[in-house]
Amino acid sequence: MPRKIALRDALREAMIEEMRRDDTVFLLGEEVAQYNGAYKVSKGMLDEFGPMRVVDTPIAELGFAGIGVGAAMNGLKPIVEFMTWNFAVLAFDQIINNAAKTLSQSAGQYSCPIVFRGPSGSAGQLAQQHSQSFESWMANTPGLKVISCTDPADAKGLLKSAIRDPDPVCFMESELLYGYEGEVPEGEYLVEIGKAAVRREGTDVTLVSYNKMMLPTMEAAELLEKEGISAEVIDLRTIRPLDRKTIIESVKKTNRCVVIDESWPFAGVSAEIAYEIQKSAFDYLDAPVIRVNSADVNLGYAASFVEEFLPNAEKIVRAVKEVSYAK
Amino acid sequence: MNTAQKDTTTAQRSSTTAKKNGSAKELNYSKEQYLEWYTLMLRIRRFEERALMAYGQQDVRGFCHVYIGQEAVAAGIESALTKDDGIVTAYRQHGTAIGRGVETKKAMAELYGKATGIVKGKGGSMHFFSRENNYYGGNGIVGAQIPIGTGIAYAEKYKGTKNLCVVMFGDGAARQGALWESWNMAMTWKIPALYICENNGYAMGTSVERTSNVTDLSKLGASFDMPSESVDGMSPEAVHEAVSRAAEHIRSGKGPYYLEIKTYRYKGHSVSDPARYREKDEVKSYQQRDPVKVTEKAILENGLATAEEIKEIKDSVKAEIAEAVKFAEESPYPDGADLYTDNYSTPYPFLT
Ligand SMILES: Cc1ncc(C[n+]2csc(CCOP(=O)(O)OP(=O)(O)O)c2C)c(N)n1
Ligand SMILES: [Mg+2]
Repeated sequence: MPRKIALRDALREAMIEEMRRDDTVFLLGEEVAQYNGAYKVSKGMLDEFGPMRVVDTPIAELGFAGIGVGAAMNGLKPIVEFMTWNFAVLAFDQIINNAAKTLSQSAGQYSCPIVFRGPSGSAGQLAQQHSQSFESWMANTPGLKVISCTDPADAKGLLKSAIRDPDPVCFMESELLYGYEGEVPEGEYLVEIGKAAVRREGTDVTLVSYNKMMLPTMEAAELLEKEGISAEVIDLRTIRPLDRKTIIESVKKTNRCVVIDESWPFAGVSAEIAYEIQKSAFDYLDAPVIRVNSADVNLGYAASFVEEFLPNAEKIVRAVKEVSYAK
Repeated sequence: MNTAQKDTTTAQRSSTTAKKNGSAKELNYSKEQYLEWYTLMLRIRRFEERALMAYGQQDVRGFCHVYIGQEAVAAGIESALTKDDGIVTAYRQHGTAIGRGVETKKAMAELYGKATGIVKGKGGSMHFFSRENNYYGGNGIVGAQIPIGTGIAYAEKYKGTKNLCVVMFGDGAARQGALWESWNMAMTWKIPALYICENNGYAMGTSVERTSNVTDLSKLGASFDMPSESVDGMSPEAVHEAVSRAAEHIRSGKGPYYLEIKTYRYKGHSVSDPARYREKDEVKSYQQRDPVKVTEKAILENGLATAEEIKEIKDSVKAEIAEAVKFAEESPYPDGADLYTDNYSTPYPFLT
């Protein structure tokens, strides 16, 4: 029986179930224990698992991420929570130079089964330093897997898979959507890493997106339907490895594609998708692939900047009309 | 040397200032000094109260961390330094910026996200900057300003000035690796940096005691032999004296100095924090030593000013803040297209 629960509760269920199942799994990060999480994702977990397994850290991202890496090399399965991915920047050395390379450097002797998780993307008027998306940053690095998903059921199943995965996984959530509700199945289930979901079937154009940009994308698909344009909507869910097959199959059917991606355009996830399509479905395309990204700039505080910066349904509809050569 | 500096040195030299002010009690500083501290602290307090109200009305958005309770730190720093010295701090920065000389109307307009704000609506609550006041900004990444402030100070040494840079950070930030790396280089290279930890007891919901086995934050400099003091941050006099001592040390070329200033934030970490992790009595115990009230009392009891004069100050601060709000409300929002300005210093081919 599915129930409606919020993203934060789905993520918590994933962690709790995995921690009950495997006592090497533990959570560490800022404010995760006594404060119940800055966004209440880990609410109540300290009570159930105690301070050895739900660990409040000082503000020391590089240090505690590295402690996670070492613990992972020595048999534990850490979940490292970053209050937001903007602060994970301080820990990039441990994620990119270490977690991602442990298996390769040790020629397979040591693996690094660790999950780095937290919200990615803008969250209202938080200005330059607190509004960044990190999917393309992390997805550029071999050795890492990258998941970015806000559908509660999928996020739960994917987080469970990430915790069980033998390799490091960067897991990206959304500050604005922690309260976003969706139907989540009862009982044990996993969602496979590396598989996109077709959220809506259509015939005229493929819209590819992920994380909270799925909302304006679905909204745009509805608007387009009213105008007689049938959009197929793909939620990537996993960024690396990218589910090329689902994208290509869809584009072969619709012959047009718009990528909606909150990351900056330059060398971003959207660029990678456009590359894949031109490489594998060139002959099927009726129009160039175009993308709707956040603006190629730093995001300022004022509401007018946020409006200008982010993709929205209107901008997506405009892009679809462009690839459809429609007015 | 600016006038604030001159005032205080005179005040310190002469032990008769208080008598000159017509007081029987021993006060160390001039009437002007006390009134300056009082006015600045009151200005910050009223600004912050009004900012919180505006947040409640949704005129201010995003994160908003107020300085209420910590005003004496800004007051004591400013009276002991010159405007040629730099300051850099974290996101709890409205008070620091106003202390530097950022006008309350430009600060309020920034909170409202208006084009007339101190950074044209680009920064909001966490990021004021003011070149004319040598204010190097509010930084949103905990601890990031510590090496940056060290570099600002490095540049002063490089240029051969007598200026220093005040590098402010919270008790939470004191646990970041950036501090330890910076301090080592600062001491090795005798960089003119004045490190100030505003220890308000908490980093969000985490008390100082829960972040380390070393809970006396004044000890942090010991492994670098950095001269260090612990200071009462509820007293502008105490802050002023410590900063003056530190500045003298630094300006004489001896390198960094560290002050742990014990203060308290009366409100939650940010507007969204109900602060359930601490006892009401703890808040009260600090409010009993409230720097604004204590200074007002000292002024009145020592006859430095009359009740009418105090009322005049209160009225003028009230009017100033009302004016700031009016200015903020009436100012235009920035144009969305201004998002593209100031990302590069020269024209740039943005991807669209
Ligand atoms: C690198 C980094 N990690 C985490 C955060 C989230 N955060 C913002 S403020 C804060 C607490 C900082 O406390 P403290 O340094 O004591 O300053 P105070 O808020 O007390 O002024 C945290 C954890 C951040 N902004 N940057
Ligand atoms: Mg603090």
